[in-house]
Amino acid sequence: MDYLKTVALVAGKDLRTELRSRDQVVTLLFFALLVLVVFNFAFDFTVIDFVTLGAGVLWVAFIFSGVLALSHSFQIEREEERIQGILLAPIDRSAFYLGKVLATILFMSVVEAILVPVSVLMFNYHFSAQVGLAILVLILNTIGFAAVGTLFSAMTTRTRRSELLLPLLLFPAAVPVALAAVKTTSHVLAGRPFERYASWLALSAAYDLIFLSAAVLLFDFVLEE
Amino acid sequence: MTRNVRDLAQDLLYLIVLLLVPACLYVVFAVVPTEQRMGVVQRIFYFHVPCAFAAFLGVALCALFSALYLKTRDRRHDIVAHASAELGVLFCTIVLVTGPIWARPVWGVWWTGEVRLTSTLVLWLIYVGYLVLRQNAENPDQAARWGAVVGIVGALDVPIIYKSVEWWRGLHPRVLKVSGGGGLDPAMEKALMLCTVTILLLFLYLLIQRSRLGLLQEQIEALAFAERRAPASAGAAPHPTGARS
Repeated sequence: MDYLKTVALVAGKDLRTELRSRDQVVTLLFFALLVLVVFNFAFDFTVIDFVTLGAGVLWVAFIFSGVLALSHSFQIEREEERIQGILLAPIDRSAFYLGKVLATILFMSVVEAILVPVSVLMFNYHFSAQVGLAILVLILNTIGFAAVGTLFSAMTTRTRRSELLLPLLLFPAAVPVALAAVKTTSHVLAGRPFERYASWLALSAAYDLIFLSAAVLLFDFVLEE
Repeated sequence: MTRNVRDLAQDLLYLIVLLLVPACLYVVFAVVPTEQRMGVVQRIFYFHVPCAFAAFLGVALCALFSALYLKTRDRRHDIVAHASAELGVLFCTIVLVTGPIWARPVWGVWWTGEVRLTSTLVLWLIYVGYLVLRQNAENPDQAARWGAVVGIVGALDVPIIYKSVEWWRGLHPRVLKVSGGGGLDPAMEKALMLCTVTILLLFLYLLIQRSRLGLLQEQIEALAFAERRAPASAGAAPHPTGARS
């Protein structure tokens, strides 16, 4: 129980910082919106069906803004060596990791919750998908991305070329999430039967489980000083 | 094993590889029959497939020794893991270069989204990332820990990537067979076997040499460090810069 409380405390700390400064989510949101605008120019959506390309466009926006969120996640701990306080605190390191994952998931979810309706309007798409399933798809894949991303970000933030190294490591490792996310999102958008993409959802869930547990076990070694 | 026996074993391995490589070339270019439909270019297959085995072996060894390093904290395990990853990237690069050379005349394209191609490329990218991350670490200890984490995560990811790319291509992928499958001529099979053994022995030889080099590098660094520390610890002796001020 204490463990979960610690996780919530770490995530709560990041949320509180964010609520007071409000610089991150706003930046992320505008960045993701910009990606949509660029795609709006790149492809003519009066000709191409949104169902065909929309899922890919959305996930490119989510993944790019997600990388920004992830690199910021440990940047705030690096500044003025705040991480020392965390390391000295009598808490489980993996709880710190899970708290960071939780905060990233929340930041990405805010972006997703705003971007999906905006894109539906922007690309004149007649939204008929089941909202519950759409949320499930977004959450499952966001968890996987944040799980691996947080583990890698804790390392890359320490280097001089962090903004380059994080995507270099994360994008190839997150290929299964990206594929599953795009496939399931396009199925959901098209309102296809659940059986068509149930196995993809299972893959995302398996990815989440495998890498969350692997990262919980490995995170100690990442932060060790 | 004493030092001499170990050196002898290495020299023996070197000799075997030295003899096997020309033997392979001879077999591949002079003995094996030319494949009927694909023609001469099919001979690249005898290098392509063994290199793929070596690349996967590199990834597997990297994960194994990474885990061992995290458990025992023995620097030697990390050196072997690092060497395995480097060799994995090397052999994977050969696979990615020889593949398209074969594919162009046979499939008519340099590259397709076929599952083995795509997942090999992603695998290569992960381990290039591994090497770049290690280079950017602040100290050898950090590089070892980070490398171990990425090495393990990368190896866990490989089967998932393969599965996801396979599904992505749809449940009925175009039948593009990289290997000859069941219809392989006995002579071809033997040649493939010989080449696989040769490449794997070459891999082993390079792994040993690279690990030894890593060990020597570490010893030199330790010596240099001790050298720098020595005058400082003899604090009472007048220091040239100290004397001036």
